[in-house]
Amino acid sequence: MLTLKNLSVSIGDKKILKKITYTFEPGKIYAIMGPNGSGKSTLAATVMGHPLYSVSSKSKIIFNKKNIDKLSPDERAKSGIFLSFQTPLSLSGITIYQFMRYALTGRMDPLEIRQKVQEFAKKLKISEDMLSRSLNDGFSGGEKKKMEVIQAAILDPQFVFFDEIDTGVDVDALATIAKFIKKMHSPEKTFVIITHYNRILKYLKPDRILVIKEGMLVKEGNWKLAQVIEKKGYDNL
Amino acid sequence: MNQSNDLQFDYKYGFSMPDTSIFQTKRGISPEIVYQISKIKNEPEWMTAKRLRAYEIFLTKKMPSWGADLSKIDFDDIVYFIRATDKQQNSWEDLPAEIKETYDRIGVPEAEKKFLAGVSAQYESEVVYESITKELTKDGVIFCDMDTALLKYPEIVKEYFGTLIPATDNKFAALNSAVWSGGSFVYVPKGVQVKLPLQAYFRINAERFGQFERTLIIAEEGSIVHYIEGCTAPIYVTDSLHSAVVEIFVKKNARVRYTTVQNWSNNVYNLVTKRAKAEENAVMEWIDCNIGSKVTMKYPSVYLMGEGAKGEVLSIAYAGADQHQDAGAKMIHFAPNTSSRIVSKSISKHGGRTSYRGLVQVMPGATNSSVFVSCDALLMDENSRSDTYPTMKIKENQVEVQHEATVEKLGEEKLFYLTSRGISKNDAEGILVNGFIEPVTREIPLEYSIELNRLMQLEMSGSVG
Repeated sequence: MLTLKNLSVSIGDKKILKKITYTFEPGKIYAIMGPNGSGKSTLAATVMGHPLYSVSSKSKIIFNKKNIDKLSPDERAKSGIFLSFQTPLSLSGITIYQFMRYALTGRMDPLEIRQKVQEFAKKLKISEDMLSRSLNDGFSGGEKKKMEVIQAAILDPQFVFFDEIDTGVDVDALATIAKFIKKMHSPEKTFVIITHYNRILKYLKPDRILVIKEGMLVKEGNWKLAQVIEKKGYDNL
Repeated sequence: MNQSNDLQFDYKYGFSMPDTSIFQTKRGISPEIVYQISKIKNEPEWMTAKRLRAYEIFLTKKMPSWGADLSKIDFDDIVYFIRATDKQQNSWEDLPAEIKETYDRIGVPEAEKKFLAGVSAQYESEVVYESITKELTKDGVIFCDMDTALLKYPEIVKEYFGTLIPATDNKFAALNSAVWSGGSFVYVPKGVQVKLPLQAYFRINAERFGQFERTLIIAEEGSIVHYIEGCTAPIYVTDSLHSAVVEIFVKKNARVRYTTVQNWSNNVYNLVTKRAKAEENAVMEWIDCNIGSKVTMKYPSVYLMGEGAKGEVLSIAYAGADQHQDAGAKMIHFAPNTSSRIVSKSISKHGGRTSYRGLVQVMPGATNSSVFVSCDALLMDENSRSDTYPTMKIKENQVEVQHEATVEKLGEEKLFYLTSRGISKNDAEGILVNGFIEPVTREIPLEYSIELNRLMQLEMSGSVG
């Protein structure tokens, strides 16, 4: 369970998130929607502990009853939070196998990592030769997003932000990714889908939809809200 | 990456043993000292004359006006020759305890245990310990120190010594030619393929003592050899000078690979001239990793003399605080269908400075030659610096030339990506650097690339310098 209390975030002088208070519960899928630049990605990156965002001293981020404000990103990751990046970075000279070996040092056997990567890649329709290449180096948008999903599946975190997992992805890949995510979900897990579009939500049927505008949480509702947004846009909510 | 915790100690090789040398020349250089060095070694007269001529040339040569700052070198304040023990040792047990302890700490015997073909380690000026497997001797391979080679194989030495890098080449080559001591001599007869790498470790252990080793490798027609030198040195307050000369002759269809892992302590001036001559269809590969030293100026070169010859330089340079790595490569194409490949990876951190300095020259008539140059720099922080000085002189039209250069800053965003997967920031930096240098490290034998990755991690963790 993740609770945000009065979450205010800024970069330099610029205020991005303003006093967001919300609790994400286990077993549920959430969607965060909102116009470009409204602060959706900032919210996810802040929870993950991005060093460039400064969090107001009056804010609290509580994960499983523990205050995680002071934790570094790797400590937050180890406590069970995962961020699927909107723009995954390329790592020259490092394959997905190696990357996951580093991430799971002492926690999972390299052979098991290899098998799991291959198993998930197969389900996500990624050819095996992609797995031996430098991660994300020259990969297409869809391939990069699939690699994020593989990482989420192997690290098996309790709480996942999927930041625009659906952008830059073609129709078939979207269906593959969405179905995979749906299967990954379980009663212990909380998934938060950050998106502009309805199409991925049709697969995932989120329990709650949150709308963020100009850094504020302006609306919350069930998944019909997504349809309203699609028809009317954010301005007429 | 979990071994990084083990590496949080002080510079592993930064210990120094009491100076027990039995003979050393007085500080500074003069014709008398040059003469004395030659006499002590019982050298043939032609070598004494060569040394004295080189000394004259050294005096007339100017310091390089480009590259790193060398103004702090005081030639009068250097001891040019020290003999650590009075005679060669042929077994590990016979070595003096202190020297043995130093070697134990670097891990020479371990390397030997791994069935490496030959260990020849230079302690101060002369090689005091070496072992050559019976197989090498049986095949006629010679692997010994240069002083021994000069006494035992004077004809071969005389034929090649200083012909590729004459004393007139540059000031430091002249200095080395005048006062050289130790270094390796490798002779591989026609058609012999040496299966395991030949190894030598170099170490400086006397304050302000310049080490001037001289290495000569001759690979006869169709032969194959891989030579590895690894360097570590104790830390001293005053500056040390290491100025080596390495000459390699790669005959028709022969193949030589020369791998260096240079980890001098951060007060050493490392000014080295390395050159190879590749004949018809010969292959010469330099793998050059510079992690330590205060200043390095080193540009391994290949003269592609024969048709179809190939030359390659793969290099890694790491510069931390107060370090300047001015490194690169030179490829000179003299014959048709020759090809050269330069891959340079440099990393700067804590205000360190790396420079890539390269020269590729294609002479008229070297038709259908191909040139590939790729130099990538990685800056770990805002205070660090990287410069690229690539020079291409192409005097032939039918040549394929490719040149790539990149500079990457290790940004917060990339580190955030790795740390968000549960990897600590320190490990993340190490992983990114290891990934960056991977195209070079994959060419190095496994135990070296592991050691190299560890050294990089050690350097970057800030526990050094």
